[in-house]
Amino acid sequence: MGSEDVYITGIDMIKFGKFLDRSIASLGAEAALGAMDDAGVTINDIQALYSGNLMAAAGMVGQQIQEEIGQTGIPAINVSNACATGATALREGYIAIRAGIYDTVLAVGVEKLAGAGMLGGGGGAPKGLHPEGLLGSGSMPCVFAEAGMAHAKEYGTTFEQFAMVSVKNHHHSTMNPKARYQIETPLEEVMNAEMISYPNTKLMCSANVDGSAAAVLMSEKEMKRRGLQGQAVKIRASVLTTDPWTDRDEVMPDVNTCTRNAASQAYEMAGVGPEDLDLVELHDCFATAEVLHYENLQLCGDGEAGKLIDEKQTWIGGRIPVNLSGGLLSKGHPIGATGIANQYEIAMHLRGQAGKRQVEGAKIGLAHVIGLGTCCGIHILEGPSA
Amino acid sequence: MSEETLTIKPYLKAPAGGDPYLEGQKCSACGAISLKKRMACASCGARDTVAPVKLANTGKLHSFSIIHRAFPGIEVPFVSAIADLDGGGTIKTNLVGIEPDPDKITLGMDVTVDFQTAPRKDAEGNEYLTFVLKPAA
Repeated sequence: MGSEDVYITGIDMIKFGKFLDRSIASLGAEAALGAMDDAGVTINDIQALYSGNLMAAAGMVGQQIQEEIGQTGIPAINVSNACATGATALREGYIAIRAGIYDTVLAVGVEKLAGAGMLGGGGGAPKGLHPEGLLGSGSMPCVFAEAGMAHAKEYGTTFEQFAMVSVKNHHHSTMNPKARYQIETPLEEVMNAEMISYPNTKLMCSANVDGSAAAVLMSEKEMKRRGLQGQAVKIRASVLTTDPWTDRDEVMPDVNTCTRNAASQAYEMAGVGPEDLDLVELHDCFATAEVLHYENLQLCGDGEAGKLIDEKQTWIGGRIPVNLSGGLLSKGHPIGATGIANQYEIAMHLRGQAGKRQVEGAKIGLAHVIGLGTCCGIHILEGPSA
Repeated sequence: MSEETLTIKPYLKAPAGGDPYLEGQKCSACGAISLKKRMACASCGARDTVAPVKLANTGKLHSFSIIHRAFPGIEVPFVSAIADLDGGGTIKTNLVGIEPDPDKITLGMDVTVDFQTAPRKDAEGNEYLTFVLKPAA
């Protein structure tokens, strides 16, 4: 690996929503242009494009984005890695710069998911009898409910504690104009919402939305040549893991082990510990998942996640604010964009540009995604003032 | 001879003239038990070390969820459950014989595996043997 550090010098996301009349490429292009404007570069400065998209992965989305923003003949790398797609695309760009191959690359994540309904458990019928509803459920709300109930078995975590995660993230999103929703959801409303897969009610499931996010990455040398020190966010760690074998993971995707492994690798790579973090964006695809990741990311000890929620330590103003953007539950979860959008949120805080939800003096933040299959991406970012 | 019994998963075995059972794949090098046959052991990577093993029909409930919204044609509510079988192997299927109420279901409780004909058929009208979990008597 080369010795040069890699910086995010420009980053943007569109307001997440439902864009029936727009193409995937136009959504991706809007974030890409925004990120390039933020960095003060044009498509002529970009040496490679890393494009993340899941649901239309066969469609050469990167090249479709090039048609919108400029076909300069640079390589386009189309990335698909479940809910870690965006993080993986950005990380591929990071690796190429670290390897000394490029100085300036563009990473884009985009998804059209509005109206997609419940994911997992249906889909193409395998040969024979489809097992959904006969061998339990493979739907995402169920898979993450079962992951949460295993925590309940171990530590007595309650329905109310899981629900409180959703109350918090919806509250945070009222301060994020780019979130899909800006609506307070009191505890009774969350707990009394339509039960999808106990203990996950409808308000405890991520919002299927359309969205995009993009980042311009530069080598340290190029960042300094352009005089971008005042806004450059350093990538202190970029880690990707998959699931090592665990005894249950054929029937129960293990979202814990790959996150734990990624977290310890990321802290070591960054030379920081969880106590050094000022904020965290983690993969709250379902409210139950956020609880597990408090412990997986070492924000608290094993078995202490319930206490963290009860004491509001992860709320804005708390000891370690989590998902100030509103998270996937309320900002929304356009799968391919999520792993860059969470880094956008961190970057805004590190640059002091997060508006009403700003963590004062934030210097270091962590962004986490997990995709079933299974893969986990973690980035630790450091602000320009650190 | 009657036609061979179709089963919902390859690891559910229905031998002619014998009782149905669940079959795991056990690695003699590391002891890991999986449900799916693989090219090498998923746990340790060893080759030619994996052999079929009959799984127990008893175990403990590791986790569950109560499904209230499913895809069209699937009856709700039902309990999706994960059980660790005695002696190794983990399975997931419906938990029946108990109310779909979180207050009635105890994590860690003893469960048994029961075999029955699936309540629906495949696109060609074929019947399948499936398995469920029940609270231990």
